[in-house]
Amino acid sequence: MGRYILKRLLQGIPLLFFVSLILFLLMMNMGDPVATMGGRRVTRSSDYERLRRQLGLDKPIYIQYLYWLIGNDWAKTDLDGDGIAETPGTRHGILRGDFGTSLLARKPVLEVIGERLPNTLMLMVASEFVIILGSLLVGIYSALRQYSFMDNLLTAILFIAYSMPIFFIALISMYVFSVLFKRWGLPYLPTVGMFDPQAGRTTAQVLWHMVLPVLSISLISFAAYSRYIRSTMLEVMSQDYIRTAKSKGLPGREVVFIHALKNASLPIVTVIGLDLPLLLGGAVVTERIFAWPGMGRLFLDHVDRADLPVVMGILMLIAVAVVVFQIITDVVYAWLDPRIRYEK
Amino acid sequence: MQTTPLPGQVAILLADELETPPLSLGQLAWRRFRRHKMAMFGALILILLVVYSFGGAFILPESYANFAATPLRLTPPSTEHPFGTDTIGRDVLARTIYGGQISLIIGLLAVLIENIIGITIGALAGYYGGIIDSILMRMTEAMLNIPEIFLLIVMAKFFGGKIPEIFLFGREFSGSVVVIVVIIGLTSWMYLARIVRAEFLSLKENDFVLAARATGTSNAEIIFRHILPNSIAPIIVSATLGVANAILAEAYISFLGLGVQPPTATWGNMLDGANNYLESAPWLWFFPGLLILLTVLSINFLGDGLRDAIDPRSRTV
Repeated sequence: MGRYILKRLLQGIPLLFFVSLILFLLMMNMGDPVATMGGRRVTRSSDYERLRRQLGLDKPIYIQYLYWLIGNDWAKTDLDGDGIAETPGTRHGILRGDFGTSLLARKPVLEVIGERLPNTLMLMVASEFVIILGSLLVGIYSALRQYSFMDNLLTAILFIAYSMPIFFIALISMYVFSVLFKRWGLPYLPTVGMFDPQAGRTTAQVLWHMVLPVLSISLISFAAYSRYIRSTMLEVMSQDYIRTAKSKGLPGREVVFIHALKNASLPIVTVIGLDLPLLLGGAVVTERIFAWPGMGRLFLDHVDRADLPVVMGILMLIAVAVVVFQIITDVVYAWLDPRIRYEK
Repeated sequence: MQTTPLPGQVAILLADELETPPLSLGQLAWRRFRRHKMAMFGALILILLVVYSFGGAFILPESYANFAATPLRLTPPSTEHPFGTDTIGRDVLARTIYGGQISLIIGLLAVLIENIIGITIGALAGYYGGIIDSILMRMTEAMLNIPEIFLLIVMAKFFGGKIPEIFLFGREFSGSVVVIVVIIGLTSWMYLARIVRAEFLSLKENDFVLAARATGTSNAEIIFRHILPNSIAPIIVSATLGVANAILAEAYISFLGLGVQPPTATWGNMLDGANNYLESAPWLWFFPGLLILLTVLSINFLGDGLRDAIDPRSRTV
């Protein structure tokens, strides 16, 4: 297994290299970061030129990519524009763990992302918890009562939920649980931010503010997984070994949760593992609507201001997460199903 | 004269002696589809939506949809403006009609691009295999490694900027419509390419491909005339569901303000900034959102039924 993981990790390297190349090329038309750096003040053209040279923006794209990848501390930069390169570079490149410096925040990229990452992870973990628990409950319930009234009702509701755009879920839930509840004099949920500034950042406040964003992020995946779990459970429940377990008199609960669910969980693990990093996509829209200070909003803000190091940093972290989760999924899969052997 | 078959002799029924003629593949598929109630329901809703956005244009002119009556801004739904008016006093009903046209057209055209790219890459990778397969599939994996919404945002920036307006059928469209169509097509072909590749991998081992090759048929002809028609069922299903995804993608990117630029309306860009009017003007976001939901829902129903009807093998879920 160790060799298999190592092999997969090594295969991930050219893939990530390829991803970074595509993304870097796509960054080239994002706009001029220097134009908005001076704020309201108009930058003098000599300063403008100097800034561009300092940031390496005057270099051709392949040099920019090279500097981003392996740094420029081995090369000299021409800062004063007299044609002679005299100042040694200070960047170490992403391969040596230096993601660069944010052009907006003037702080290391990892620090900028690190401030926001916990907020996003909080949403992700809570959502994943809701998704898995909810879809297991609904999926197993529907499978055990196939074609009952509740099963049909749940299927219809889930199909609608699955087709909902995230922003529509968010807007409707905000309107109902916040606007209407307030109007009716019921306890209502907050719609924006992470905590009430007057109450301060307490755990209770953050949890209370998390309810609606988590609901919006999880609903679509919850619907998809419920349907998926229902169908895999149905398939497993019709197997011979389930009939054997039932006929030897095992209690129904044991048959469902130990004999059936363990086997039905195989395909579910794959889907969850591969989708996990993709939940971040949902976070972009959700964080924007709920003004949640997470990575999705960081991404949008910095795309707007053409802050290439931060944007590339976020995208590369996601790409790495996808690769890592793929490997973890495969390993868990092999662990759950002894028939699968990766080593040849 | 009809002879009774002797014992041991098998009766041979000719086609015209059968009480009911055998059904063609298309008829069989149509039968299975018709039995799928939800799919029929989806098809009906979809037809109504098309009638709404294209037929509605005969009742309300486009100038009305773009007419800004500033004193009437943000008026709630009334008999005169059934869906209310937006932030600069335009009629929301008329804008959902014209927005629907653009949203549906974007969905269809984006899927067309998606299919051209996805089928080409999948077919080349599956048919030729080897190094071509490796390169194309690594590229596909690389694209799949970034969630679609991030790619859409980055590409919207890359291809964005000033694009001239387009005049078509005597109407003026924002050039960003073309950009959105292209970027949705460019970011959504990966799953289709994988499906097509898998189909090609299994179909190319068949005897009819060997026969075609033995008679000296060119590679292009084998790909397009012999293998592709045999893998059309999953492609049709995927294309149908793709329209729903493309409409959603347009809505997401326009919702973030990076999509189709006003005055051209789409269901997505009508929602841009709507969360500022969450409480004061819910009609602003409710009607376009509901129309997107109905479209996506009906296409999903339709795709589900189509899958059962024409591609029953693929149903794993």
